[in-house]
Amino acid sequence: MLDVPDWPGHLPGQHVDVRLTAEDGYRAQRSYSIASAWPHPEGKVELTVQRLDDGEVSPYLTDTVEAGDRIELRGPVGGWFVWRDQQPAPVLLIGGGSGVVPLMAMVRARAMAGTKQPFRLIYSVRTPEDLLYADELRRRVRDDAGLDVHYVYTRKTPDNWPAPPKRIDVAALNTYGWPPDFAPDCFVCGPTTFVETAADILVALGHDPRRIRTERFGGTS
Amino acid sequence: MTQPGETGAALDGNAMAGDLREIFAVDVTAARYMCAGCTHTDAVATLMVWQHSPGLVARCPHCSDVVLRVVRAPDRVYLDLRGSVRLEVPLEGS
Amino acid sequence: MGIISRGFGGRRRESVPGLPPGQYLTHDFPVLSAGPTPRIPLDRWRFTVTTETGDKTSWNWTEFQALPAEDVTVDIHCVTKWSKLGSTWRGVSLDTLLADVESAADYTMVHSFGGYTTNVPMEDLLDGKAWVAYKFDGEDLEPEHGGPARLLIPHLYFWKSAKWVNGIQLMPEDEPGFWEAAGYHMYGDPWREQRYQGD
Repeated sequence: MLDVPDWPGHLPGQHVDVRLTAEDGYRAQRSYSIASAWPHPEGKVELTVQRLDDGEVSPYLTDTVEAGDRIELRGPVGGWFVWRDQQPAPVLLIGGGSGVVPLMAMVRARAMAGTKQPFRLIYSVRTPEDLLYADELRRRVRDDAGLDVHYVYTRKTPDNWPAPPKRIDVAALNTYGWPPDFAPDCFVCGPTTFVETAADILVALGHDPRRIRTERFGGTS
Repeated sequence: MTQPGETGAALDGNAMAGDLREIFAVDVTAARYMCAGCTHTDAVATLMVWQHSPGLVARCPHCSDVVLRVVRAPDRVYLDLRGSVRLEVPLEGS
Repeated sequence: MGIISRGFGGRRRESVPGLPPGQYLTHDFPVLSAGPTPRIPLDRWRFTVTTETGDKTSWNWTEFQALPAEDVTVDIHCVTKWSKLGSTWRGVSLDTLLADVESAADYTMVHSFGGYTTNVPMEDLLDGKAWVAYKFDGEDLEPEHGGPARLLIPHLYFWKSAKWVNGIQLMPEDEPGFWEAAGYHMYGDPWREQRYQGD
């Protein structure tokens, strides 16, 4: 959670570039999607950072930074992979791993705006323990009318899950996505191979490529 | 390290938004490019981007020609657009 | 200017004496690439020298392997600030490849499979300063590092050591290659820290 003075506001799906500068002038920069919607009740901007053990920036952000530290940001940036609450179409969100972060901002923005576009989120994750926002998603499915979430587990499922672990496939998108006839706006975010697989399936199912927006996560460190 | 996909590109044009925002008053990733090599046109955000390189190299996903290059020096940014015939930039509020 | 990030060290950086200014020591071999990695079957590999008058001299892989090779141990310096000391290579000297080429050209453009180019003055290719290398650390050069063969020109920043090299065009005038056209220095001497145009 960051307090950003003079934050101009952002659209869900946008990211910020975090710049770190060491004492000797060495610099490192990484992009992180914004997880929170705007306006935020406490005026904060939330980033979700996945810690990579051999990373350079993520362990610093997750382990070293303390409340009160100052961080240099550039942003918000990226005006293409965004959802605007005036868009009337139903929305299909497909997230792989930490690719769910900008999609979560869209789910939160929809609730904040109180709009009624039906949202479906298909969230692919390795194991139940890797789920981000697990409690919040459970609560929102109960409380946010018109929001559905379906999980795809690729390595290990919860107990009593009806299917074995599997990667995202035609069946999952066909069953839990919107039919192409509904002309949904599709947002796909995750690692490169995940994004390419999901986007190819959507096109094969008959979705208009112009309604599919993708963002590839590089697994930056 | 990144995990290159089948295309070999680690990222897409969304990753260039920050660097391009420093040069342009508008968000260029939402603009449409036309590839000088094959005339394919799409959003700059859909370009394949290689970042583990002395600069950012954005290639057309259709023909893999280089569409734009961004090189950051400490006090300058170089933008090479020779692979792009045209940029079509949407204006806010229209 | 940026604010100092309290407690941020970044990757461990060793500044040892003897490195060019602004460089840090690395012990691994980072892979940098500006596009898809070409996979070139050896039976389709060819290396061609083209003079300013259009005369061509070329070698297929078998002919190239039959040329006298040299083992060299050199330091390499990447413009992204890593340096690697004492790397060992095997390759054919450009003195050998250019020995029978008739030319008065002062400049060259190095070409690669995949379309990459970089410009190098002729005198920097000669007198034991440059090789077309096909082994690194005793092993065949991996495609990620430029295999089957790459240029090795260790006294300039490493972007000049073109991966997947397939030819050299000799030119009377200097012209920028792939990175030089996008803001990098035309010459690229790490000891004078010639990273960008105007440095």
